[in-house]
Amino acid sequence: MENQIIRILLAKTGLDSHDKGVRLLARGLKDSGMEVIYTGLYRTLEEVAQTAIQEDVDIVGLSMHTGAHNQAFPRLRELLNSQNAGDILIIGGGAIPRDDQLELVEAGSAAAIFGPGTSTSTIVDWINKIMAARRK
Amino acid sequence: MKELGKRVLAGDVRAASRLIRNLEDQIADTYIAIQEIFKETGKSHVIGITGAPGAGKSTLTDELICAYRSQEKSVGVLAVDPTSPFTGGALLGDRIRMLRHAEDKGVFVRSLATRGAMGGISKAVGEGIHVMDVLGKDKIIVETVGVGQQEVEIINHAHTVIVVLVPGMGDEIQALKAGLMEIADIFVINKADRDGAGKLYKETMNMVQMSRDKYGIAKGWTTPVLLVESVLEPHKFAESVTKLRDKIDEHYQFLVDHDLISERMRRKTAAEISEALWGAILAPILEEVESSGEMQRMIDKSLLKEVDPYTLADEVAKRYLKERPTSSEA
Repeated sequence: MENQIIRILLAKTGLDSHDKGVRLLARGLKDSGMEVIYTGLYRTLEEVAQTAIQEDVDIVGLSMHTGAHNQAFPRLRELLNSQNAGDILIIGGGAIPRDDQLELVEAGSAAAIFGPGTSTSTIVDWINKIMAARRK
Repeated sequence: MKELGKRVLAGDVRAASRLIRNLEDQIADTYIAIQEIFKETGKSHVIGITGAPGAGKSTLTDELICAYRSQEKSVGVLAVDPTSPFTGGALLGDRIRMLRHAEDKGVFVRSLATRGAMGGISKAVGEGIHVMDVLGKDKIIVETVGVGQQEVEIINHAHTVIVVLVPGMGDEIQALKAGLMEIADIFVINKADRDGAGKLYKETMNMVQMSRDKYGIAKGWTTPVLLVESVLEPHKFAESVTKLRDKIDEHYQFLVDHDLISERMRRKTAAEISEALWGAILAPILEEVESSGEMQRMIDKSLLKEVDPYTLADEVAKRYLKERPTSSEA
């Protein structure tokens, strides 16, 4: 009877209109049997957090090409934590330098960051694995 | 689960969206949370918005939220989009039209996938309405998937049903057909700047006048036909939607004044009970038949034309019905 389906919110914030990657990913995740909600462009982090909570997603995927990632990811983490949503995972993508990726993950601001060129199947596998582990 | 119900009663949005999630996922024991909140339900005005894909339902919903917020009414939205029949996945894209309300605490938008349900909504919509209701939302808007002619399930859940039409979808015969065209409490002709809007308006008006008083729950209510201007002219658009808002409230008042709310509630409750019966009786039988391999054996027999599906179903029914306590025992 139970049929748990992974729900994920994909988000773009600030003055960043590079959304080809995130749209492609939305399609890929949908085709992998997930329920995907996309915020569209130019949202604020507060809006993203609020949407994640109202939609009860498992994961928020934030795509960034503006260089603001070192501020944005910790802030989003904080916004979710402060609203009793510490269990919602954050993943990232976009133009984020390798060193910053490692630092953000290390600091716990993101669970994983996928750089340019990552295949959709890599992301799908990662999500399925982590969600399977969580549901045990 | 009891705890979850209590948190929803206390107005916890996180708990509310989790409860809707558990209903969608059909998590066992979720009904306990529903039991907890059930007595507090039945206060909100439920508005259904339905129509073809791309007719402008989400954009209309977005503007309607504004119109109600300007009166300081709180709004809940359940926006339904289709689930893929192949992968089970879904792209829930209604919300993208409503994001300007994302930070407004008076607005709660929840996207739902149909998850295989027919009829234009998802199975979780009925209970989702209850959840929004106990959160104290004055107005709950249910936006169906883009529908065709037949998906009319929304009438079991909404007090006021709005059918959104757009020009260019066919001739006047379409307006005479059964199904979708019969369920409207209010017609909206959207994108009214487009060619054919005047003709569609006339056809719809004709249809409404012919069918007045013939059927429907709200006898005495003549379904209004409203023209809504293009969103490209924001002021005119907002103005038409304000008129729509007033018409919606007028309809609700009509139901109240003529004691018709209770009839609608009966219909909603009947739908909920049959849904619950289905889950309580048929679903476990189906599960057993599937897991025991009986389903596969029945498919084989049927494919070989040995036994027809009706006889097979009858055999299964007889077996299970025998175990039923007779009414005198119960």
